[in-house]
Amino acid sequence: MDKAQAILNGPDRPTKVMAIASAGGHFVQLLRCRPAWSGCEVFYVSTDAGYAPMVEPHRLIEVTDGNRKAPIKMLRSACHLAAIVWKERPDVVFSTGAAPGLIALVLGRALGARTVWLDSIANVEKMSLSGRLAGWVADLWLTQWSDLAKKSTRGVRYAGAVV
Amino acid sequence: MSEIPAMKRVFVTVGTQLAFDRLIEAMDAWAATAEGVEVFAQIGPSDYQPRHMAFKGFVTPGHCHSAMSAADVIVGHAGMGTILGSLELGKPVLVMPRLEAKGEHRSDHQVATAKRFDGRPGVTVAWDESALPGALAAAGERAARAGIEPTADPELIDAIGGFIRSVKRSRFLGHRRITTDGRDAGGLRPAGSQ
Repeated sequence: MDKAQAILNGPDRPTKVMAIASAGGHFVQLLRCRPAWSGCEVFYVSTDAGYAPMVEPHRLIEVTDGNRKAPIKMLRSACHLAAIVWKERPDVVFSTGAAPGLIALVLGRALGARTVWLDSIANVEKMSLSGRLAGWVADLWLTQWSDLAKKSTRGVRYAGAVV
Repeated sequence: MSEIPAMKRVFVTVGTQLAFDRLIEAMDAWAATAEGVEVFAQIGPSDYQPRHMAFKGFVTPGHCHSAMSAADVIVGHAGMGTILGSLELGKPVLVMPRLEAKGEHRSDHQVATAKRFDGRPGVTVAWDESALPGALAAAGERAARAGIEPTADPELIDAIGGFIRSVKRSRFLGHRRITTDGRDAGGLRPAGSQ
């Protein structure tokens, strides 16, 4: 049975992680979580290609930034993300925000990936809009403030912070 | 401010997205009075054009990192990139939160961030532009190193890493299937519902 399973599964390859965050604080927080996917195949997605040297030897793909005040850009970002998720077929999508990260979680989930959302530590009193929406698509849904987890009626978890 | 030997270079940053004229204008006024201090500002799409300090709209992440490394004090908006970046480098950071009422951000989350980080070693908060010069002097005197570990809390790494390791991929007649501890991903559903 194991043999049959192995033939059906094809050769073993490491879990493929898509790590996505907008430029700035979101990406700094994402980089601080790097040990979580050591041993995995990972590629990074951000809104600034300038981070590429910081993630070498892994790849970094640049996408357009977008937020609820820039819906056209958000749409462009979403189209690009759809192409990336379709082509790369990540097993896990991990994001620390913001809008492009949420879109990537939705798209990843639609193609069968498991998803992790870590809400930014900047959201102290209330989770971000993206973060609240991410609750509907994240398999692991995290805030970095224990009081937000305690107050949550939807089961957001607290497991520590990036600092 | 030249009497403070710890502060020769100041880097000002407003982050990657939005203008922050209030901070840039106040820092420009301060730079005019600060003899012997080299001030460089990343001003984003701010309208105000500084006259007493060197500036650039946007810098690459690499340039930003080197400007932060070279600075004795970092002054910025209360964004996490600015705060974490400074702490990772062990640099004192002075932040002024953006206010939604002044159209500086989409919400007041920077005020909450500033409240939470105020008083942490290495972090100083100027609640408005009038508090900036005094807070700058205080931040400069605080040459004390305020470094943090380069990675997140071990518990957080374990939680995310444990989840990622539990993800299994299998194939059935060419059809990809990803499961966590034997459970199918299934359709869209609230995360807390299992």
